[in-house]
Amino acid sequence: MTSAAAHESALDYGLPRLLAGLRPGSGPLDLDTHLAVHGRQPSSSGLIELVSESGLRGRGGAGFPAGRKLEAVASARRRPVVLANGAEGEPVSFKDKTLLRRVPHLVLEGAALAAAAVGAREAFVAVDRAAYEEVEVVSWALDQRRARRADRGVTLRLVLVPSGFVTGEESALVSVVEGGPAKPRFTPPRPFEKGIRGAPTLVQNVETLAHMALVGRHGPGWFRALGTSEEPGSALFTVSGAIARSGVYEAALGTPLATVLAQAGDVRGAPGAFLLGGYFGSWVDPEAAHGLALLDSELAPAGAALGAGAIVVLPEAACGLDQAARVMRYLAAESAGQCGPCVHGLGAVAGALESLANGLGDSRAHAARWLEEIRGRGACRHPDGAVRFAESALTVFRDEVNLHLRNRCGGRRGEFLPTGGSVR
Amino acid sequence: MSKRIKVNPIACDGSGLCAELLPERIRLDDWGYPIVDPEPLTSELTKHAERAVDACPKMALLLAKAARAT
Repeated sequence: MTSAAAHESALDYGLPRLLAGLRPGSGPLDLDTHLAVHGRQPSSSGLIELVSESGLRGRGGAGFPAGRKLEAVASARRRPVVLANGAEGEPVSFKDKTLLRRVPHLVLEGAALAAAAVGAREAFVAVDRAAYEEVEVVSWALDQRRARRADRGVTLRLVLVPSGFVTGEESALVSVVEGGPAKPRFTPPRPFEKGIRGAPTLVQNVETLAHMALVGRHGPGWFRALGTSEEPGSALFTVSGAIARSGVYEAALGTPLATVLAQAGDVRGAPGAFLLGGYFGSWVDPEAAHGLALLDSELAPAGAALGAGAIVVLPEAACGLDQAARVMRYLAAESAGQCGPCVHGLGAVAGALESLANGLGDSRAHAARWLEEIRGRGACRHPDGAVRFAESALTVFRDEVNLHLRNRCGGRRGEFLPTGGSVR
Repeated sequence: MSKRIKVNPIACDGSGLCAELLPERIRLDDWGYPIVDPEPLTSELTKHAERAVDACPKMALLLAKAARAT
């Protein structure tokens, strides 16, 4: 599978933005090409105001306003540091890896600009150590920037982080950079208050930083020319599953789901369900997905959210309940193993889903109670994300559940949704 | 300033003492870990809550400002 389709034709005015300058199969853009495509590197002065006015929200999943985070870190008493989050442990997302591998300078420039804007002298760039190609490209790009003294006053450092679903959680990432385990910490204080070695730390997803580099050049008006007033700009979507061309696509927020699917060559056969927002996201049945636009405000009534923009198409022939049970078992195994409700609860819910999927008995009442009790009781949001996933599975696949209880499900089973490693 | 009970779930190892000392706000899940009612503590309960906080062998029980209305 490839993400080469990422460059493909713009659907709307102003696209592609992040993926501009790429051709099918082309290698990473070097510094000169990057500057030729986007124009000179902008000044960091005024960046915080520009980003605030742009309305850019974090693209790592939580969607926190990027400007407000910059302001908070910039106004801290101690000198802050920046941590660019490229860990991307989500198996059905590879948009951050795509950016790192193909337009590394856009990300690095964004990290350096954000650092200069908040008064930081150091910016760490965290990349999954198993993403060999991305690690190599980022090192190559860093060498170019050093040789050209592209980022005066800011030192960029590549940090290789362990693979894993929880590694990208911001307090876990701070721990890794400090040399500790990839495990979340009890917060507050949050990293923006007290992060790497006690310094206020701006943890920002690499796509968010890439947008900042463009907002610094073209301003908030340009950024807002795409998307809606509440959810402005473009975003990257990783489309996988029963789709002709799995890949990473850039689209304006508010683009119909059907348009992005068409860009990816359309669904192969009839879709059984869509998983929106990745493994912390929600299942949506094809009827509810019909006509849906890619906006949190539109997805909310369907119980879904964009998260980090991962979209998976489940084929009609596959058993959704079986897939949900497998992913839930994976999420349970990916727990950092620190909090009782997550360690025991997620495993129990996975067992309940397996019991349903295998026709061993009606565990729905247990599952419902556990899901209710787990929510909000972890140090991080891992259990909450897994709860959302499981709840939506039990809702959307309720007919399958009934078939399984009578041993009548004819759906195909086996690994379809990846559980470990990337879909790339 | 009214307070509420909060758990540090990383430190907690499920000894269950807190639920015995403050059943008005704390019950245990199927694995013995506390499920806390975030309802602000009444002045009468605060005394018992403080005793529960002191009794926790992992120092995982905290009194926090009752900021959120639930």
